[in-house]
Amino acid sequence: MLKQTEGSKAVAEAIALCRPEVICAYPISPQTHIVEALGEMVKAGNLTPCEFINVESEFAAMSVAIGASAAGARSYTATASQGLLFMVEAVYNAAGLGLPIVMTVANRAIGAPINIWNDHSDSLSQRDSGWMQLFAETNQEAVDLHIQAFRLAEELSMPIMVCMDGFILTHAFERIDIPEQNQVDSYLPPFDPRQVLDPAEPVSIGAMVGPEAFMEVKYLAHAKQMQAIERIPVLAAEFKQIFGRDSGGLIRTYCSEDAETMVIAMGSVLGTIKDTVDEMRAEGHKIGVLGIISYRPFPLEQVRAALSSCKRFVVLEKSLAVGMGGIVATDVRMAVTGSGLKGYTAIAGLGGRPITRATLHKLFLQAEQELLPPVTFVDLDWEAVNKQLTREQQTRRSGPAAENMLHDKGLISAKFG
Amino acid sequence: MFEIRVHGRGGQGVVTATEMLSVAAFEEGRHAQAFPSFGSERTGAPVVAFCRISDREIRLREPIMKPDALIIQDPTLLHQIDVFAGLKSDGYVLLNSRHSLEELGLSELITHFDATRFCTLSATDLGLKHIGRPIPNMPLIAGFAALSGLIQLESVILAINEKFKGKVAQGNIAAATEAYNLVKDMMCTPFASSPLKGENHA
Repeated sequence: MLKQTEGSKAVAEAIALCRPEVICAYPISPQTHIVEALGEMVKAGNLTPCEFINVESEFAAMSVAIGASAAGARSYTATASQGLLFMVEAVYNAAGLGLPIVMTVANRAIGAPINIWNDHSDSLSQRDSGWMQLFAETNQEAVDLHIQAFRLAEELSMPIMVCMDGFILTHAFERIDIPEQNQVDSYLPPFDPRQVLDPAEPVSIGAMVGPEAFMEVKYLAHAKQMQAIERIPVLAAEFKQIFGRDSGGLIRTYCSEDAETMVIAMGSVLGTIKDTVDEMRAEGHKIGVLGIISYRPFPLEQVRAALSSCKRFVVLEKSLAVGMGGIVATDVRMAVTGSGLKGYTAIAGLGGRPITRATLHKLFLQAEQELLPPVTFVDLDWEAVNKQLTREQQTRRSGPAAENMLHDKGLISAKFG
Repeated sequence: MFEIRVHGRGGQGVVTATEMLSVAAFEEGRHAQAFPSFGSERTGAPVVAFCRISDREIRLREPIMKPDALIIQDPTLLHQIDVFAGLKSDGYVLLNSRHSLEELGLSELITHFDATRFCTLSATDLGLKHIGRPIPNMPLIAGFAALSGLIQLESVILAINEKFKGKVAQGNIAAATEAYNLVKDMMCTPFASSPLKGENHA
């Protein structure tokens, strides 16, 4: 049913339609509205059989999800930012054990400095955890990806993060088509676990594995993700048959046929990029877009094919590999190895800095003229940065950098004391 | 695309106002996108929220920097932040105040805009009268509907009934209806056509 609703509420409804049996979560902005809505549904008896387990931390949330999944229950949790970091040890365990948990990550920056706003640092920090990561462009896609995620996770017996931009999507009201229960039931069969803790047929899960077999078990995780590359487009096509819309898949292109310059990004910023590309197309610029939906597994071949006829590309990413440059850009460059394409990295929107059409327009024109440096920090206030760097050169006790920056930018009127 | 920016203070229902605007526009078959300015809001602190309304899918995710309309829920903000920043020269402004624009010292500012699209409404009083609480957001949405002609009062009432039940819904509907009629009466020139008309949509 078509509704005007909040992204978080819509995702909660989608999760409920997937008939989870255990939901365990610890609240953290901007994920809170999702788990609050699910908690209300369970308490009101509108989601049965399902147990909502209040836990004392994110580490406990993932640990409970592991236990529940190993006991054969369809398990769901959600988190963001510091919450994801706090559960990291269990995050790796869920993947290593091959448990098909679905987790929403309401993408948010990582501190310090503490910041509640959106970027992709949190889930990208778990790049190598063994979890698959799917990025939603809109709230409709966030809803749809969760339904596809349970199907994919359980088919492969591997966990998946569905990533949606914190606040920008989670707190936005927009038009969303909430699927019907019978549609979801026909798409998503009941959970049939590969391994289950059953007193009638006892097994142990989580054995210690020495050098003689460790690599093989780890390789299996990689093999599963390679299988996912094959399965994700198939599951998106089946989704379209039942639900009637394109959602998910590995990648999505826009205006790419004759594009000489391609812009690559993940998540909700693709909307602003498409509007900018429309403006530039109207001015005669041959520019197109490549959206990456599946960050892990990373669709190397599909990305290479999508860029095969362009002359240059810009990866615009809400993440930073400190000491190196881009995170997504590294993967894209790997995909086009040997092609001779010119590639640029643009780091933008960290900690919730707005990414505007005006800024993108300027950036893409520079890319088209091949005037960009290899790595651009979009809309960075160089004056403020240089002032702090100079201060550090001149004074040994230059003080805390974040507080100095706020002071220099006039955001704090006076120092204490 | 029509872009509305709502300024107010934490606790005045600023975010809810934009959400309800988006629901009202949705009820009329339009695409709408409402989103807050994502601060760590505290009661009394300045809050901004945004609403876009269009006949096409809305993909844009940037904050609204050049609004077609401003709803200002708290007149004391005029002294604190530049609420008029980026307002288009033909933009609408609805300000919650018992005072006239002249009394608020806005006579000079109005000369840069279309004065017939500026209006003050004592929305807090309407909230107190009908809802029993100094919440100005629903009267302001209804007042904006009257001022701009962008949405119908009936759609605002539908949105209220979707969000609230019983007495709270009744009070909000009464406040919205009075606000709508007050603004309609105050307007010098009736705006027969919707601001979205004239957009060339497929």
